[in-house]
Amino acid sequence: MAKEKVYMHAEKQKHSFEPKIIAFVCTWCTYAGADLAGTSRMQYPANVRVLKFPCTGRIDPVFILKAFQQGADGVLVSGCHPGDCHYIAGNYHARRRFAAFRKLLEFIGVDLDRLQFSWVSAAEGGKWVEVVTELTERVRAMGPMNEFKELALDEQWSGKLDSPELKEAYNAI
Amino acid sequence: MSRIGVFVCHCGENISRTVDVERVAAEVGKLPGVAFSTDYKYMCSDPGQGLIKKAIREQRISHVVVAACSPRMHEKTFRKAVEAAGLNPFLCEMANIREHCSWVHEDREEATVKAIEIVGMMVERVKKNRVLPTITVPVTKRSLVIGGGIAGIQAALDIADAGHEVVLVEREPSIGGHMAQLSETFPTLDCSQCIMTPKMVDVANHPRIKLYTYSEVEHVEGFIGNFQVTVRKKARSVNEDKCTGCGVCMEKCPIRKIPNKFDCNLGTRPAIYVPFPQAVPNTPVIDRENCTKFKTGKCGLCQKVCGPGAIDYEQEDRLIVEPVGAIVVATGFDLYSITEKPKGSAIKGYGEFGHGKIPDVIDGLTFERLASASGPTGGKILRPSDGREPKQIVFIQCVGSRAREKGISYCSKICCMYTAKHTMLYHHKVHDGQAYVFFMDARTPGKNYDEFWRRSIEEEEAVYIRGMVSRLYQKGNKIVVMGSDIAVGVQVEIEADMVVLATAVQPRIGADSLAQKLGISYDKYNFYSEAHAKLRPVECATAGIYLAGVCQGPKDIPDAVSQASAAAAKVMTLFAKDQLEREPIVARVREASCVGCFACKKVCAYGAVEEKEIRDRQGNLIKVVAYVNPGVCAGCGTCQATCPSKSVELDGYTDEQMVAMIEAL
Repeated sequence: MAKEKVYMHAEKQKHSFEPKIIAFVCTWCTYAGADLAGTSRMQYPANVRVLKFPCTGRIDPVFILKAFQQGADGVLVSGCHPGDCHYIAGNYHARRRFAAFRKLLEFIGVDLDRLQFSWVSAAEGGKWVEVVTELTERVRAMGPMNEFKELALDEQWSGKLDSPELKEAYNAI
Repeated sequence: MSRIGVFVCHCGENISRTVDVERVAAEVGKLPGVAFSTDYKYMCSDPGQGLIKKAIREQRISHVVVAACSPRMHEKTFRKAVEAAGLNPFLCEMANIREHCSWVHEDREEATVKAIEIVGMMVERVKKNRVLPTITVPVTKRSLVIGGGIAGIQAALDIADAGHEVVLVEREPSIGGHMAQLSETFPTLDCSQCIMTPKMVDVANHPRIKLYTYSEVEHVEGFIGNFQVTVRKKARSVNEDKCTGCGVCMEKCPIRKIPNKFDCNLGTRPAIYVPFPQAVPNTPVIDRENCTKFKTGKCGLCQKVCGPGAIDYEQEDRLIVEPVGAIVVATGFDLYSITEKPKGSAIKGYGEFGHGKIPDVIDGLTFERLASASGPTGGKILRPSDGREPKQIVFIQCVGSRAREKGISYCSKICCMYTAKHTMLYHHKVHDGQAYVFFMDARTPGKNYDEFWRRSIEEEEAVYIRGMVSRLYQKGNKIVVMGSDIAVGVQVEIEADMVVLATAVQPRIGADSLAQKLGISYDKYNFYSEAHAKLRPVECATAGIYLAGVCQGPKDIPDAVSQASAAAAKVMTLFAKDQLEREPIVARVREASCVGCFACKKVCAYGAVEEKEIRDRQGNLIKVVAYVNPGVCAGCGTCQATCPSKSVELDGYTDEQMVAMIEAL
């Protein structure tokens, strides 16, 4: 308990860059843990957007790439502690999958500091706050992640008719 | 084109205090596909739900997003409302702008922007939602109760009396739990045995209760209405059908010096034993660790003296599978052991109180055994060290409880009352004795509780000293207790004959491993978590599993019994239906693209994936594909993330839906 930092009424600072953090969480542990942080009125940075999955086992690594492409500066994947999975073993499958996936990300040049895996149980509202705050601060210090966004644009755009107006029109579709 | 309706809730002021709900409704209203958006003070209230229903009818709304609290709170409420208006309930989604937004941020601008984005994501998601049919499954109208203490007994009796079969599993050789160990109970001072043992007998004699003592839950499979529970019935070495409970074996057993756990190690028992004379069932168990027959192969005296020939040294553990529809968990508590620090525990222990070193420093449960008429001293309060009557006795409260720095921050709830009771019992038995109580503050809410506590001071002459004990040590045959009386502001030193520590209650050791078998959540102390602290206090988040007694949090006997009856009522509610509707969040295989690699089958923890042959009209085999049995599928979606050809989809969490949300970033 002493270790748990409670960010109650932390002093608000203005930053030049606010990162976008996307969190893939399981519904049984981490989503409920984040709910508990809410009911306990703990405070944490507003940078995180939560996507609820039934289980971390459902999370396809492609979603992480997709998130980076769509402008996320950091990604959090969080589920039940090992052994506590509501679906018996989904989190173990997730753990293996992401252990392998991290290597791939490293290979293609993604700074792994932008990606965080954690176990947050339904009773760990404080830990959720800690994890989100730490990741936000770390990614904020790293600055925006542009490589994938540009790559995503390249993918969709042949580049031959490259004018800002067309790009804008394309994005609007 | 979808016509989405967005309904933004103020939640009184809970959301609107930090989120500009009107702006959220206006901004979201501009999103493509949103046909209608509005805000309202209490969306979950009857007029709020009416608003949604009216919009569905009048605005021809095809999909609904409710921006309010957590879906864990009210998703069912709103889906029901949407269904009542004629839409498929799974075309309604909730955007969590309370727990995940307004409650955790203070800056209004920041929170409003976040809320708009959260709702925007859900709007994109709901566009991809499909109509899902409700799945119905049959209900097995039998219940499992884990733990045979007062909570488990109460739940089992209530369910059985309602006409349903109950399987009661108890780890120890007898049911009864901690309540069977107590002497008298607060606030009425009625004898625990007298009110407990008839209930134990009722359990044993009930035609609809199947009792497994000396047994543990080994494995749990299935889901609400359809669990398959494997029970390990440990080898008793005594044939229960033959044994008459005459007790000759226990009289003749030559091994007699084994500390009796039931008497908190104050007395001893033989190697073949029942934990206490009123045990249910009254069938002995051979403690194989201490039995000479099992250690050396010699002896066998109990077998020779047993008339009915019930002793069976060859008996082995049996695994029994029981199909049940609901599970009540009532595993109870252990007392915080301040001498032995549990392995890997954050709890630090209280070396300064000399527990385990000074024999006359005991815990509350040991005092109960001393005060109990059926205890090792026959109800006389005597010092364990020399058997003398203690004339000065010191009770120390909040040992372990309410001490963050020692590892436990919660209040154990029962200690104030049982210490008051102990002072009374002591005064009744040792008329010339004096009881002192060191306490932080007395917490005695409850019917007739405060009166009881006051009685211990005003009529039974207990001296309450507000303050904690700093140190105690042995001096001759006395124990010197040093502490401070903060009410008066002086140091206190008492030469006591006996010290009783009101140690904290903790969940049973191993509560976490049972939780893992059941798939229920627990907090950092291993207390099991209820689905909602206020509105669903006896249900687990995992459907079909209910909580009773101290395994959920510290509570006294009346509370444990109430909760047990509540859990039983929940089970009966479940059993009132023949068919159960379950969420249609199950995986489906796209047979056209499935190549039959069965990677999904390997990762499925439930064995829900089967092999299905696809044949043409002549009956020639074309290919073998995966098939997900919707009755077995639990809906985790691990198969979908694993499928290399993306041929499995989890309804309600399809790739389309999830990617739509990410793209709305």
